Amino acid sequence: MSNDPARSRLISLTIAVGALLLIGLGTSIQRHMIYDVPWFPDSERQIWSIEARIDFVATGGPVSVTLRRPTEQRGFSILDESGASSGYGLNFIDDRNAPAAQWSVRQASGRQTLYYRADVLERGTPGNVRNIPAPPLQPAGWEEPYATAVDAVLDRAFGLSADPFTMTRQLIAQFRASDREQNEQLLLEEVGERNLPRLLADMLQSRGIAATTVYGLVLDDGRRRQRLKPLLRVWSDDRSEIFPLSIEDEESGLPLMLWQQTRGFVLEVTGGVSSDLTFSMIRADASNYTEIATNLGEANDWLGFSIHSLPIAEQTMFKTILLLPIGALVVCLLRILVGLSTSGTFMPVLIALAFIETTLSTGLIGFLLVVAVGLVIRSYLSHLHLLLVARISAVIITVITIIAFFSVFSYQVGLTEGLKITFFPLIILSWTVERMSILWEEEGWREVAVQGSGSLITAVFAYLAMTNATIQHLTFNFIGLQFVILALIILIGNYNGYRLLELRRFLAMTDKD
Amino acid sequence: MLRFASPRELRDLGIVGMNERNISLIGQYNPRRLFPLVDNKLKTKLVAEEHGIPTPGLIGALETQYDLRGFSRLIGDRKGFAMKPAKGSGGKGILVVVGRKDDDFIKSSGTVIDEDAVARHASNILSGLFSLGGSPDVAVIEDLINPDPMYKDLSIEGVPDIRVIVYRGFPVMSMMRLSTRASDGKANLHQGAVGVGLGIADGRSVKAVQFNRRVREHPDSGADLRTIEIPDWPQMMALGAKCADASKLGYLGVDVVLDRERGPLLLELNARPGLAIQIANGRGLAPRIEAIDALPTSKFHKDPETRAQIAMELFANEH
Repeated sequence: MSNDPARSRLISLTIAVGALLLIGLGTSIQRHMIYDVPWFPDSERQIWSIEARIDFVATGGPVSVTLRRPTEQRGFSILDESGASSGYGLNFIDDRNAPAAQWSVRQASGRQTLYYRADVLERGTPGNVRNIPAPPLQPAGWEEPYATAVDAVLDRAFGLSADPFTMTRQLIAQFRASDREQNEQLLLEEVGERNLPRLLADMLQSRGIAATTVYGLVLDDGRRRQRLKPLLRVWSDDRSEIFPLSIEDEESGLPLMLWQQTRGFVLEVTGGVSSDLTFSMIRADASNYTEIATNLGEANDWLGFSIHSLPIAEQTMFKTILLLPIGALVVCLLRILVGLSTSGTFMPVLIALAFIETTLSTGLIGFLLVVAVGLVIRSYLSHLHLLLVARISAVIITVITIIAFFSVFSYQVGLTEGLKITFFPLIILSWTVERMSILWEEEGWREVAVQGSGSLITAVFAYLAMTNATIQHLTFNFIGLQFVILALIILIGNYNGYRLLELRRFLAMTDKD
Repeated sequence: MLRFASPRELRDLGIVGMNERNISLIGQYNPRRLFPLVDNKLKTKLVAEEHGIPTPGLIGALETQYDLRGFSRLIGDRKGFAMKPAKGSGGKGILVVVGRKDDDFIKSSGTVIDEDAVARHASNILSGLFSLGGSPDVAVIEDLINPDPMYKDLSIEGVPDIRVIVYRGFPVMSMMRLSTRASDGKANLHQGAVGVGLGIADGRSVKAVQFNRRVREHPDSGADLRTIEIPDWPQMMALGAKCADASKLGYLGVDVVLDRERGPLLLELNARPGLAIQIANGRGLAPRIEAIDALPTSKFHKDPETRAQIAMELFANEH
């Protein structure tokens, strides 16, 4: 089977693959040599790029916006700060206790968006941090019956503690107890769970203990539209301690950075209404920092073409997008070299993306549940003899209902893990159910099992590859490697040898009989 | 224990794998634009007729819901017929009527249905219920096949068909597919149908397999599978060669049935024929493909009968 068309195909193939490898490896090596981007991630020191986005509607007159900036603190140092906003004058105010960024313009109307960006170094060891002096007391008063309740609660906590910190802990324990007393219940219902830090600060101040709410940010790689969390800060002489009351369990392991060190506003907008403050963040290795900083100034240099010149919210999106080719490569390997059959060519990659959000075990269980229940309901739908488009639409609605049901059910029984099921791509799941169901009718359950397990195995491998720290580092920092992946896929696409599973399929033919 | 053959063993046996089939056979010899012809049974039938290839007699085609009104006039007083979706696959949506009882119809399974039910089936075909991707379709109505009596014990349901692989105009490998209870009446080997390899030279069975294992008798009827010999074999091979001319496909699966009176009839063509035929024959396709490639160019321009003859002589000593 070798003749001229085959040879000319081989030549053009070699040229294409050679050119792609040259471009891909060339730009990657150049990046490594010139910009000092390391080949492997450095997990010791991390740089967080944090972007604060302020949205508001200007009312037509002069506008002044003040945003508190984070300062040097335990575990974090600020490396670089910048702001972006067209038409606004921007000043960084370096007040020792309340540094801020201030935007101002003589006249503005309509929707406005301002950006503040900080690059923060996360250090494993807490550095030398100066003490933040306690703010002056601002005692609050309560009306009856709350005043009595506050007194009773404070008396109890005071009796069971030795100093401001142990007293705060005792107070928190009293409010957090599942069988909390009547007084605590009364106060909590009055202010709401979210305002507990504020309530505790007021209560502590009424007993002469310096305390205030401050705002902090939970750092989680690739998050967008995050909000600040209220925290309780308590002083005892010149020492202070942070009580992260509002941090949910699943976030407790993540680094927490204080956006604000002491009492005061975080954002102040004059001349505008409906203001909103959200945060995006992305993590990079500290060793990349010089490179990121270099690129910030010279986005037009094509050799320095880099995702790092984009706003952080877009960077986090690209972090995922640049991983998709890895998933595609895994699918090619498993289908062409191993011979697994999957339901829908790239469905496993999308499922793997969902696994990244849900974690693997939750994702697998959720996927199996949705598809299994979907198949049962779909088998009823097939009795109705619907046309394809109507049938798919019915399946989509079914899948949505199943997901809603599982979310509510798992929440009711206290499994918040179950809520992550909503990360699954609905349309893909619906098509999976539809295809599996047709397969069942036409080829029997055995083929469904073969393709179903093939899809899941592929999804798990794609997940493992896409969550690998080194692979994430390489795809994000070396865009040239996309060409290398393309070259590999082209090569695999030309592999005409046996698939691994064919070595088993044709095994019987090697027996002499 | 999980055992694997070594790639070397398979290569020595000349077995063609899926990747090689896709790249070297389908990719090289089956241009995409020719696929619609073989994926539509009605088009296949019309082209076959132009090339003098016999197919089951066409009673008519229902193309619009309006056509359904003319159904009983179309059928007339015929005793039986088969109604198929033109773009169907895997035997889905085929209604076989074997007799009449007053105004009602008797299906091959023995069930009696009325004319409304038949019209409803036709309507489902037209709306695309059985076609790939759910696209609107045409219902093709054909004469029943009158199977050769030798088939009686070979298949539990329907008529067994004979698959011929035609490479660049020359028949290179052939098998008969027999449905079993394990395959639920279907003719797919991976679902448990029996595949009987047939010698290209003489149409005699060379091997029979079910689930990749050798069998000597039909698992349900006990019919001897070693003594099968297909009558009118040269005619069958010539029909395969003609189909290559009609479809212009270089790697083609031709599905044929043997009718008692009319001889071999073309059922359908397949542009992506599978590789299980190698297991049924106990032989790899690669040596036969090489043998065809080695033929002088002049032989490729011969008429189908001559090409069939050349192939039969070329592979006479293969078994």
